[in-house]
Amino acid sequence: MKTLVLIQMVPDLVEELIVDRDGTRLDSYNTHWVINEFDDFALEQAVLLKERQGGEVIVVAPAMEGVEDVLFTAAAKGADLLIRLNGDFEGEVNNHSLARQFFPFITQLKPDLILTGVSAHHRHDGALGALIAALADLPYIGYVAGVTVTDGKAVARKEYPGGIICEMEVQLPAVLGIQSPDTPPRYVPISKIRQAMKTAQIEEQEAGGADLSGGVAISRLIQPQASGHAVMLEGDLDQIAEKLVAIFKEQGVL
Amino acid sequence: MPERVDFWGITAPWGPAAIYTFLGLATLILVVRFVLVASRWRRIGRPLRRTDRPLVRLGRLIQYYLAQARVLSQTYPGLMHVLIFWSMLVFFLGTVLATIHSHVFRFLTGNVYLIYKLVLDLSVPLFLVGVGMAAYRRYVQKPQRLTLSGKFTWSLVILTLVVMLGPIVESFRLAITRPAWAGWSPVGWLIAQLWINSGMSTAAMQSGHLTSYILHLLAVGVLFITAPAGTLLHVATSGLNIFFSRLERPLGQLAPIPLTDKNEYLYADRLENLTWKQLLDADSCTECGRCQDACPAYAAGRPLSPKQLILSLRDALDAHGRNGKPLVGGWISDEVLWSCTTCAACVQECPVLIDHLDTIVDLRRYLVSEGRVDEILQNALVSLSRYGNSFGLSERARTRWTQTLPQPVKDARREEVDYLWFVGDYASFNATVIETTRLVAAVFQKAGLDFGILYEAERNAGNDVRRVGEEGLFEMLVEKNSAALKKCKFNAIVTTDPHTYNTLRHEYPKEVLDGRPVWHYAQVLDELIRSGRLKLTKKLGYPVTYHDPCYLGRYNQVYEAPRRVIAAAGCELVEMPRCRERSFCCNAGGGQIWMKEGEMRERPSENRIREAAQLQGVSVFVVACPKDLTMYQDAVKTTALEGRMAVKDLIELVYEAL
Amino acid sequence: MSGEIYVLIEHLQGQVLDISYILLAQARELAGNDAQVTAILLGHQAQALTAELAADEVFYYDHPLLETFTAEAYWKVLAGLLEERKPRLMLFGETTIGSETAGGLSMRLGLPLVSHCQKIVRDGAVLRWVSQLFAGKMLAEGDLPEGTALVTMQPGAFKPEQGKSRQSPKITPQPPADLSGLRTSVKQIIQPSGEDVDITRLDVLVSVGRGIQQKENIELAQALAESLNTVLAGSRPVVDQGWLPVSRLVGKSGKAVKPKLYLALGISGAPEHVEALGNVEMIVAINTDPNAPIFNLARFGATVDALDLLPVLSEKVQQAKGG
Repeated sequence: MKTLVLIQMVPDLVEELIVDRDGTRLDSYNTHWVINEFDDFALEQAVLLKERQGGEVIVVAPAMEGVEDVLFTAAAKGADLLIRLNGDFEGEVNNHSLARQFFPFITQLKPDLILTGVSAHHRHDGALGALIAALADLPYIGYVAGVTVTDGKAVARKEYPGGIICEMEVQLPAVLGIQSPDTPPRYVPISKIRQAMKTAQIEEQEAGGADLSGGVAISRLIQPQASGHAVMLEGDLDQIAEKLVAIFKEQGVL
Repeated sequence: MPERVDFWGITAPWGPAAIYTFLGLATLILVVRFVLVASRWRRIGRPLRRTDRPLVRLGRLIQYYLAQARVLSQTYPGLMHVLIFWSMLVFFLGTVLATIHSHVFRFLTGNVYLIYKLVLDLSVPLFLVGVGMAAYRRYVQKPQRLTLSGKFTWSLVILTLVVMLGPIVESFRLAITRPAWAGWSPVGWLIAQLWINSGMSTAAMQSGHLTSYILHLLAVGVLFITAPAGTLLHVATSGLNIFFSRLERPLGQLAPIPLTDKNEYLYADRLENLTWKQLLDADSCTECGRCQDACPAYAAGRPLSPKQLILSLRDALDAHGRNGKPLVGGWISDEVLWSCTTCAACVQECPVLIDHLDTIVDLRRYLVSEGRVDEILQNALVSLSRYGNSFGLSERARTRWTQTLPQPVKDARREEVDYLWFVGDYASFNATVIETTRLVAAVFQKAGLDFGILYEAERNAGNDVRRVGEEGLFEMLVEKNSAALKKCKFNAIVTTDPHTYNTLRHEYPKEVLDGRPVWHYAQVLDELIRSGRLKLTKKLGYPVTYHDPCYLGRYNQVYEAPRRVIAAAGCELVEMPRCRERSFCCNAGGGQIWMKEGEMRERPSENRIREAAQLQGVSVFVVACPKDLTMYQDAVKTTALEGRMAVKDLIELVYEAL
Repeated sequence: MSGEIYVLIEHLQGQVLDISYILLAQARELAGNDAQVTAILLGHQAQALTAELAADEVFYYDHPLLETFTAEAYWKVLAGLLEERKPRLMLFGETTIGSETAGGLSMRLGLPLVSHCQKIVRDGAVLRWVSQLFAGKMLAEGDLPEGTALVTMQPGAFKPEQGKSRQSPKITPQPPADLSGLRTSVKQIIQPSGEDVDITRLDVLVSVGRGIQQKENIELAQALAESLNTVLAGSRPVVDQGWLPVSRLVGKSGKAVKPKLYLALGISGAPEHVEALGNVEMIVAINTDPNAPIFNLARFGATVDALDLLPVLSEKVQQAKGG
């Protein structure tokens, strides 16, 4: 079974986010990019499926700072083919244009299953998985927490609020938006990644031009002005605890 | 004229030949059996060169094997074992000398002979006292660390039999010959009185002599034949283990992961991938349990017992080829390996110089290579690889502690400094420890020390990353830190963290240090105080106790500098019962601070604080390691000893005394 | 504005999900008196679901294969609708139903899509949207282009009550959809085990997030919860690790809660969690990061380490109870 995993890089939220001078996007130079956690989950799910029933895992990621590490790590995890998409991904990009740039790989590689993260926090034009599924005329299931594949069909557990799961079946080829893998991602030791750096090859492909239509431009990117802010309690632990107890009493819960 | 008579009482002409044949056979069996055991090490294990510096090795053999240096570190068992071992040595030497006298050079005559007899005889009661102490200890006192086994009982019995039969044989001879110098064999002569006073006929005594002689001979034969399979194997393996013990690197330096010919990493997932010396370790264990007694994980009720670990290795070795159980996860569980704090108390205690730690780290390396780490450790490692610290914080947050300092700290990346202060993760990021770090900066500045830090270029030094088994991540951290250090101009490195101290000192590339020293801040403070550059004007006057950090004390023998600093601050030091190389680990090391806290009976840090609280009049517990500071401050709270014991970093004393 | 605003009604097992009412309220406010708010309901024998919808009209599609949501079916049906009717706006929830429906339609029909939207306001003739990015750390603003626009929305400022009406709207059945050749099907719906307490009914909740760091610390928080006569709830990371069962999950894929007091320990306040707190009376947040978004929602807060505070607080609560 051939699985294609679509990976995005997102800004690292541990670092401070700085808005560019024109005020409509992040200062790319000062942004530290890391793999989108949900895409990492999608990769883990793909590798799990491969371990269970054999097949091939192909990973595609857009060329950004740090993407080589991400691709080599994917190889260390068990990806068979690594593709880096060359193009300008720090300028005008959105999920629609990315979906169009990823699309040729579906026609080219003809995967049975396409996995990607259910969402990425740096875009506001919808879920990449749904966009690319519509483009490729393939079915889509998002918010998937667990996949099994048998006989050309995938059974996906789709999450609903309140912990309810809708178990759905879809004929392959299909696109799934992964919320979490069957089991949490395993640790990949650095030595394996370094070994992958020596042995794995990254294939490079040129991305098509960016067609942004479907997305809507940002006119302003700002830090949220809180409509309110909490009254901060000061003091040492004892004093804070005492103030909290007073608050609990006033609220009628103690 | 006193002289040793060969084969006295053996009248048959074929007697000596029979005796030699019998003993020769027994010896042959002994040797063959031993070789069967010993050949496994090199046959199964991978090669390792441990024949360098033979004279130093011989010195170790004399110190630890003959002089029983480690064994004697504990009074009762030390005395007990020495009595048995040295008396056995005497008996063995006695036989060797007798053989030389028989066939090479007749020297056991006159006074030489008399002294010879006296020493041999007196060794018997000494031996018996030793055996008595051993039996009492194992069967009556039954300390937890000793296993009660049939094998042990057998060894004691057969040895006693062999030894007791000696004076009995002698007693019959003396009863018959009654030489003038009989008193020089006091034990034999005493027993001889029994026969003399019983009125036995000479013929009966001759019969007695022959019988006991043959029994003695048989007992020796049985001893020889059974020795390699029982607990007495350690007589040989301990010597070998001591001789082949580690010289090529100090305790604080681990070996890199070995590579195969194809340049692939070799992980310790099976016995074949351990060195022959690690397999010898397994066979050398005397099951004394001193390592277990010293182990903080074991004391806390965690699954790890260093003794059981080595014995599991031995079991795996015994079952090699016959049992498909995996080494890691089968003979030795993941949990056992993850419980270790790498404090090296086990290595410190072992009388036969077994290196438990090297093996634990090797097995951990295998676990990491398979991704078999728990989620918390995984998060820490991912954070370390991404941000160079285990806190998941941006590198820029590393230097926040400098922001409120009255005087800025020099940037060693830009300016030349005398001392490059490698601050360390906990000292930079942990809210409690940051206060201490600021004090250190203040005191350094007060003393006019020319120092700087690496600011955002600093990464975790990697000591515990390496000891967790993530060698690749360790290498990466070393590369990054080395690159930063290479660009700086400094004369020495100083750090407040003993773990950082250890790895910088022993595990960083020589060209990075380039001969420059690495100091722990206690050493720098000591020097500043002694040279007068740092003047302490007040004498604090209250008694304190001091906790020797594992990586400063036991690993690197820095004991006196912090003590001098404490004295200079005017505090009387009341030593912890377990101090210096016997110091008891706080349980943060070896990656423990990055792992799920396992099921525990009592946290080692709480155990330690309670130990301190036993000291009359002492209410200050002084530490010299950032992890100790956080661990013990927590322990004081969780043991509800907040009014009773305060935890202070060494720098606080210095600052108070300024 | 003029024209139509469509709202996709989300439902599961015979219940309309709250987000739909919230969207109806938003649609109503935007529509004012000029535009029509139409609820779009796809289901099977689901007319009863329209009972409280505060919409002017309901377009109702009935088909057995629409009983439970599949993106494929919804795309087929709604593509036809949007191409034919071309409303000004269609609102979807930023949910497991809405997100993929809107995405597929946007790509298939070439319609602009704004996701993670918090609110839409009218500025003269222009419709201005505000979306959350970077787990709530930033807000993006922009204008919706002319023509039909699709927007997926977070719960935002409206309450479900504001989208409910005592008068059920007029139902306009739609022509049958051609749902032959669907490749997606529903096998079964699995309820979480019902043995656990229902946290949506509790007056007080003690909730833990990533800041609790390890499973062993859950006990500390548990002690506090017990002393306050309640149970522990948690955010996604805690449940994903298995430290709390799914029945305690507060957030997008978990439960929306409405206690008088919600004590958030070591929770940063990411949108997926916070959207479930819309009806909480008072949030008290403890987090070492002074910039944590939760502090914008909380009434009271403190930047101490929850792990340090817990034992002290538990003790004080016990003392206050006279223990």
